[in-house]
Amino acid sequence: MLAYTIRRVLAAIPVMGVVALFVFLLLRLTPGDPAAIIAGDMATPAQLEAIRTSLGLNQPVAIQFITWIGQLLQGDLGTSLISKTPVTTLIHQRLAPTLSLALVTMALSIVIAVPMGVLAAWKHGTWIDNLVMAFSVLGFSVPVFVIGYVLIQVFAIELRWFPVQGFTPIEKGLGPFLQRATLPAFTLASIYIALIARMTRASLLEVLDEDYIRTARAKGVGEQLVLFRHALRNAAVPILTVIGTGFALLISGVVVTESVFNIPGLGRLIVDAVLARDYPVIQGLILLTSGIYVFVNLLVDLSYSLLDPRIRY
Amino acid sequence: MLQTSSGADAMPVTRPRFMPNLARWRIAPVLASVCLVAIIAIAVFAPLIAPHDPLTMMPSQRLKPPTALHLLGTDAYGRDLFSRLLYGARVSLIVGLGVTVISVVIGLPLGLISGYFRMLDAILMRIMDGLMAIPSVLLAIAVVSLSGSSLTTVMIAITIPEVPRVVRLVRSVVLSARGEPYVEAAIAMGTSLPSILRKHLMPNTFAPLIVQGTYICASAILTEAILSFLGAGIGTETPSWGNMIAEGRMYFQLKPSLIFWPGLLLSVCILSVNLLGDAARDALDPRMKKRGGL
Repeated sequence: MLAYTIRRVLAAIPVMGVVALFVFLLLRLTPGDPAAIIAGDMATPAQLEAIRTSLGLNQPVAIQFITWIGQLLQGDLGTSLISKTPVTTLIHQRLAPTLSLALVTMALSIVIAVPMGVLAAWKHGTWIDNLVMAFSVLGFSVPVFVIGYVLIQVFAIELRWFPVQGFTPIEKGLGPFLQRATLPAFTLASIYIALIARMTRASLLEVLDEDYIRTARAKGVGEQLVLFRHALRNAAVPILTVIGTGFALLISGVVVTESVFNIPGLGRLIVDAVLARDYPVIQGLILLTSGIYVFVNLLVDLSYSLLDPRIRY
Repeated sequence: MLQTSSGADAMPVTRPRFMPNLARWRIAPVLASVCLVAIIAIAVFAPLIAPHDPLTMMPSQRLKPPTALHLLGTDAYGRDLFSRLLYGARVSLIVGLGVTVISVVIGLPLGLISGYFRMLDAILMRIMDGLMAIPSVLLAIAVVSLSGSSLTTVMIAITIPEVPRVVRLVRSVVLSARGEPYVEAAIAMGTSLPSILRKHLMPNTFAPLIVQGTYICASAILTEAILSFLGAGIGTETPSWGNMIAEGRMYFQLKPSLIFWPGLLLSVCILSVNLLGDAARDALDPRMKKRGGL
């Protein structure tokens, strides 16, 4: 297990290396002068020169890359061109809303989607199954921001159950936090629920055909126990995998959801950075989110053997 | 086959008559095809159907409710919402089809090579892993923010994260097919390498690529809308459903239909493509059909 863990951690290094190289080359290989693109049409030659210096564009590409990687390894993601603040500081300021929203969403999705998928597999071929599948296709197809605006229209404007937009930090109490976070969390959860429910159903359907399920039923084990202990545990690995790979969807969804609900998190940070062409911030956030994605999937991989004792490394 | 055990209700073999089975009626793919044909027709014939020019601003007609003159009312610049909706179909379809074709054209040869040559495979797959680790919307945002927001750059930006998915799929098909006796026979007969790849291995990839292609198409339409919504997409001089929603955001509480209509068309379009993809998968992969789909 230890050997596998080390091997798996080492395997994540080239992946992050490719991410870093891509982000680095993107700025350098874009046709035209990157400084001019970032500065916009109104820039003076002095401003262009300042951007070139701050991004190190005056030096040979190889030296630029080595310097840049060296800074990265020391945790330096560069400095925002607009606010002149270090990118790490900006991320630190905006991390809490995004993190709390993402965690609430994940919890919500798993609590809703797994029973949904189990139910659909159990009632395979019935209208319940069709309903769950229809919901899941809808979740994949309706854009997150459309779901967000529909929820706002119905639950905030018509029914007045929740405030329309905004965010209250969790430190100000769970009640106020949840009041503002419920609609964004459901919005963001829609696609994740669709993904997890679909995979739970498919994975469980495969398992329900197995002999040990028939044996369990034959010896009189209750149906609930059959489903949740015998079947779901054996179906857990693909479900966990999709929770990990679906994390990328969650990250993209956060960007959109935060814009719809006016939440001052990382998603807003990147949207503002795009509008201001603040490339260091964009590049820092890409590195951060890719890093989180790789880390989450590393954890998922390592947890396989905990869930399924048959998996040994 | 009749089941009499307690498992009968878990895995029903016979279905009660009164329960309609949408999958058996095949109503979903039919509806999806009808919707898609309609959207394609709208896109092609937009100049003929549209009652107004989608770009003409009439400052005196801002945010008007639906009238006989403006079927769905006007937007914040006094432009006709209905006409803009019709033209918006063009961007979605061009992006959806364009991204699908480009990512298959790039991904198919890379996948064939990667599946066949072990040495190249290791390198190519690390690169693809890295690209797949970047959330696709963020990657697209970065590309667009550097290269400006034209239709071409938006399509390139959406294609980059899709290519690794095609490469991985083609590679997995090649890996399982290259051990087959007919491939070994072709190698033994001294068939040239391009010919093995093209004639013997590539045809295996077509069925899964058709299915994957529909999902890429749906995801590309969705990503374009997200980019436009975030202000990193195609400029508003070309109406797209995404940038119409982005413009309508400010007036959302005043006039929800500015978001509702493009949102509805966008959802119907993506839903139809996804449903066709599911139908294609069921038809091309009998194993999936047995399981009732993924």
